[in-house]
Amino acid sequence: MNSYLLDEIKTKFPQDVLETHSFRGDETAVVRREALAEVAQFLRDGLGFDILMDLTAVDNLPREPRYELVCHFYSTGHNYRLRLKCPVPADNPSVKSLTGIWSGANWLEREVYDMFGLNFEGHPDLRRILMYDGFEGHPLRKDYPLKKRQPRIAHRD
Amino acid sequence: MQTKHHDLPKNWELEKLEDGRLALNMGPSHPAMHGIVRVLLTVQGERVAGSDIEIGYLHRGFEKTCENVTWNQCVPYTDRLNYVSPFINNAAFALAVEKLMGIEATPRCQYIRVIMSELSRITDHLTCIGANAMELGAFTVYFYLINAREALYKLTDSVAGGRVTPAYARVGGLTRDLPPDFRQRTEEVFKVLRKNLDDADRLLTRNRIFYDRLHGTGIVSKEDALAHSFTGPVLRSTGVPLDVRKATPYLVYDRFDFDVPVGSNGDNYDRYLVRMEEMRQSMRITEQALAQLPEGPINLPDFGVTLPPKEQVYGNIEALMAHFKLTFEGVKPPAGEIYQAVEGGNGELGFYIVSDGTGNPWRVRVRPPCFTLTGGLSKMIEGGYIADIIATFGQINMIGGELER
Repeated sequence: MNSYLLDEIKTKFPQDVLETHSFRGDETAVVRREALAEVAQFLRDGLGFDILMDLTAVDNLPREPRYELVCHFYSTGHNYRLRLKCPVPADNPSVKSLTGIWSGANWLEREVYDMFGLNFEGHPDLRRILMYDGFEGHPLRKDYPLKKRQPRIAHRD
Repeated sequence: MQTKHHDLPKNWELEKLEDGRLALNMGPSHPAMHGIVRVLLTVQGERVAGSDIEIGYLHRGFEKTCENVTWNQCVPYTDRLNYVSPFINNAAFALAVEKLMGIEATPRCQYIRVIMSELSRITDHLTCIGANAMELGAFTVYFYLINAREALYKLTDSVAGGRVTPAYARVGGLTRDLPPDFRQRTEEVFKVLRKNLDDADRLLTRNRIFYDRLHGTGIVSKEDALAHSFTGPVLRSTGVPLDVRKATPYLVYDRFDFDVPVGSNGDNYDRYLVRMEEMRQSMRITEQALAQLPEGPINLPDFGVTLPPKEQVYGNIEALMAHFKLTFEGVKPPAGEIYQAVEGGNGELGFYIVSDGTGNPWRVRVRPPCFTLTGGLSKMIEGGYIADIIATFGQINMIGGELER
């Protein structure tokens, strides 16, 4: 069961759409990560998705590709939601930044960088946001132990 | 005390300051800003030339913790997201898991969730406006509104057994039914609330000082608000009538008659007016929901989802096994992923949850409404006065618990 919307994306990017599905009313398109920014641009300009509601990641350890970047879009004009995902391999966890399309992506991408260690090419200010400078590791990765201790940071005066 | 350069955040470099500009640090613990957030400003005279918002002082690892407990054990943690409107978080989380499982709560349960969500929305807005008024010098209003909030807290306490941390919702139901005198108590509380709201309205809305502090400050355009992923009262103040309760109705919101107030200037004053009206609309919804409230069970009669009644646990083997399995292993949604959005006090509260088919979540992601709002704060305060930061920061209603999870 595929909707007009998913068909539209598939026709526009036949090479880049890896998979589409619809589960419990949530429509999802999985695209190649090289094409993410391009598809996102088309979603905003061509299909009217004006809000980037959420941008997050999932760590699928031990499956390959290990990470998945998950974006949720909402269109105020059409009252429609869409999820766009792209697989990100562990050996080169890097995706093109969406900050040029939605400025709200800035903090969301910083959080994904902080929590998962994914890099965003072209992000103007990629640094930790919830954790502090000097924090070791990325807490939401599955191989980060729940009760891991962090090294003491030197006293600052 | 000499400050070492490398201790400063990267984009706050003193030697790069232009002539006549001054670096100013606000927070993390500032008396006029509720919540712990640090604003690093560069100012030109009284005007804000640039800013960097530093957050992360209240990060508790909510999402990581949820991956290590059962689905129902996440519910008490959701209380601590937006702790002034805990029921909305509870209901949103339960709804998300129910959506993933493909089940629907009983009608009575859905109505009660609506009622409690709307009461929560009122407490959220009361806190926001009360604290905002206090920070701008109207201390009396704070007491009026917190008085009303306290009455509401006592009411919700009588329902769920907790003022701020009720943990009321469960997957497929609720912990308990409404108390028998709930209807009458709600009417009494609404009388207090209406009186306090009218008093606050008379003291604030046409108050010259309050008006001047809010009107025309913290302006954000419709386009910027959309680009920054703003939702809730801040987006509605710019004239975009986006309310998840109307746009994609969840629970039984499609059965009520209510209005979505929108502003036109996108400034702090419009946000204040939107919030004031939303509280009255929430009362309207609550009254309609109480009038329509159906009788019946509050929990799904499905032993795979909700705990069986105690009499049955002690009386028959199936219920005993279900009780044991639900307690130790928890509910097991099928493998998959869903996103469920609800209208929180500050905007769209979304849960993106991924299950691998076991009793523990694989991933729980919260889309906190004030995360993007705080991300856009820099844009909203730029060019304004330093004093306007207090008004703008108050009106985006940053809640540390959900901002940093």
